[in-house]
Amino acid sequence: MEPMISCAAAVERLWAFLDHELDDHDHRAVEAHLAFCRRCCGELEFAKHLRRLLATSGAGQLPAGVRARLDRFIDELAPTAGEGGTA
Amino acid sequence: MLHTSDRAAFQQLARDELAALYALARRLTGRDAEDLVQEALLRACRSFASLRDRRAGGQWLRVILTNVWRDGLRKDSRAPTEVPLDDVECFSLYRTLVEEDPLPYSDTLHLDFLGGFSEDDVHTVLQRLPPLYRAPLVLRYMEGFPTKQIARVLELPLGTVLSQLHRGRKLFERALWDYAAESGAFAGSAATREDASWSR
Repeated sequence: MEPMISCAAAVERLWAFLDHELDDHDHRAVEAHLAFCRRCCGELEFAKHLRRLLATSGAGQLPAGVRARLDRFIDELAPTAGEGGTA
Repeated sequence: MLHTSDRAAFQQLARDELAALYALARRLTGRDAEDLVQEALLRACRSFASLRDRRAGGQWLRVILTNVWRDGLRKDSRAPTEVPLDDVECFSLYRTLVEEDPLPYSDTLHLDFLGGFSEDDVHTVLQRLPPLYRAPLVLRYMEGFPTKQIARVLELPLGTVLSQLHRGRKLFERALWDYAAESGAFAGSAATREDASWSR
């Protein structure tokens, strides 16, 4: 028999559940709750979409001007023995 | 000072990872991303000899960049250390959408609401979060760091990181809702799936 938990307790643990970061006891409790609670299954699906929104949101391209400056920085940063540089 | 072969290897690694480093820096800082990348490369160059597994170089650089960002945050006396979260703790975006129904003509309300956010919107929303709560979200869900590694990188107890992740998620949900509400597009004349957009 799995432990019973409330909707509030299940929802609070959903992201950790998806991250596999709950201990066995809590993981089984959330699983058991989801087996009969349609509303919390909706919350679970929404949490999955939110995670995806986070994961797939880019931070924009590396602008060409920034790349060019950083490329020059790398050139100056890593001199070999006998060369000058900022390192 | 690096030997010739190390120099070439470091330069190659740095160039291969530039876009990823800049993206991480932009997510963590929102501004001054270029400075953060430079500082991270400087620190990485100094310790390149300690990198044993060069195949893990990308991850190694991202950890260094996060360390540099963390150190800068600690020095910044303006950075908030605590945020009142009482009202956010109880916030559920899922329930709020059901109750407020901002897209009354939508059959798939929750999906359509999220579909209204462009990548730039999400970036803007994330930048509204205090760094304390934004960083664990970025590292966990954008960079894919395991929680234990986040705790090591940020030099925090695991329980603190788990708590910050929980609160960060709540703040993110709340910030998404506020951002969309501010757009003025709620329940507009054509609040349908196709028209849902929260961009400014």
